[in-house]
Amino acid sequence: MGDLVSLAVKAIFVENLALSFFLGMCTFIAVSKKIATAIGLGISVMVVQVITVPANNLILTYLLKPGALSWAGFPDVDLTFLGLISYIGVIAAMVQIVEMTLDKYFPPLYNALGIFLPLITVNCAILGGSLFMVERDYNFAESTTYGLASGFGWALAIATMAGVREKLKYSDIPDGLQGLGITFITAGLMAMGFMCFSGVKL
Amino acid sequence: MSQTKKELLVDPLVDNNPITLQVLGICSALAVTSSLQVALVMSIAVIAVCGFSSMSISFLRNYIPGSIRIIVQMVIIASLVILVDQILKAFAFEISKTLSVFVGLIITNCIVMGRAEAFAMKNPPMASFLDGIGNGLGYGLLLMLVGVVRELFGSGSLFGVTILESVNNGGWYVPNGLLLLPPSAFFIIGLLIWAARTWKPAQVEEREFKIQVVEEH
Repeated sequence: MGDLVSLAVKAIFVENLALSFFLGMCTFIAVSKKIATAIGLGISVMVVQVITVPANNLILTYLLKPGALSWAGFPDVDLTFLGLISYIGVIAAMVQIVEMTLDKYFPPLYNALGIFLPLITVNCAILGGSLFMVERDYNFAESTTYGLASGFGWALAIATMAGVREKLKYSDIPDGLQGLGITFITAGLMAMGFMCFSGVKL
Repeated sequence: MSQTKKELLVDPLVDNNPITLQVLGICSALAVTSSLQVALVMSIAVIAVCGFSSMSISFLRNYIPGSIRIIVQMVIIASLVILVDQILKAFAFEISKTLSVFVGLIITNCIVMGRAEAFAMKNPPMASFLDGIGNGLGYGLLLMLVGVVRELFGSGSLFGVTILESVNNGGWYVPNGLLLLPPSAFFIIGLLIWAARTWKPAQVEEREFKIQVVEEH
């Protein structure tokens, strides 16, 4: 249990997907102009992340790993080269399913998050989460924790970024730095802030 | 015709750079630039994937039904990325280890997807190929610029060859460790955007609020 807590803290603060691995930057920059939309997107990313990382973990363990197909009578088959295409397929399918479920059973939530869901398929944070899970060889419990924590970390980063940008628009910025430029510099300062957590161990 | 082809190739380098202007594909641009060699390999990979995916999608553009076009594009791009990944693992294993997940993330690189959707679906294969290569080059150019700054001042070398002899090895240059850490990439890209927009003022964004100038008495 302690391991999982430590993994979660690490994924949220020290190895924040947005600020130390630069994942999901396109959406991070594009959708962080208002706090409300940023939080909506953050929650959607968290939901999708917590579903897709464990799902991809199951795919990897029971279909793709060397020897994973032994239950089907093919102990020598190694399908890891099909990894990338399977993960992105799972992500696209999961996003579609989440969208349809929300539409059917939770219409208010669908109206709030619906517009962000298609964006999430091509969000690198989601695919990145799955790829890190593969690279670090997480088991099922770890990958569920990692999915939740890394999604939360991303949501935290985009929400704080939106908070800063809402204030920033009133300030007097040099012409060339206006908009995109100053956003990058702000993100850099935030990344430095988050680096202070490195070395924290639980 | 040759004029427009040249434009397709050169336009995305500065005037319409995918990173500084269209805000696409910055994810990986930041992460792999702490050494120049890795940045170069990554640029070549993106240029190849972008060019060939645009070309293949353009060949198929009249046969892809509109409702499932995204997933078709995704499959084409993912297959090309798997190809690149396997080639890297076979011929440049060390570099593919350093790039770790970022090769896989070319799939979700918005430049590749964006060019497929915005250009290749409407234009003939040759033009799409050039457009893909051009945008890949624009991405590569920025990646190399950031890579040069980070490696030269962060560890005093270029492509692993020592240029500025560092203090640890008996030289005079004190390396700036911050440049090897993630935040510096944000600063460098921010400053590059500033420089690019000062050079080409047409790219400056509109202000949402104007500071009111009060007359001095």
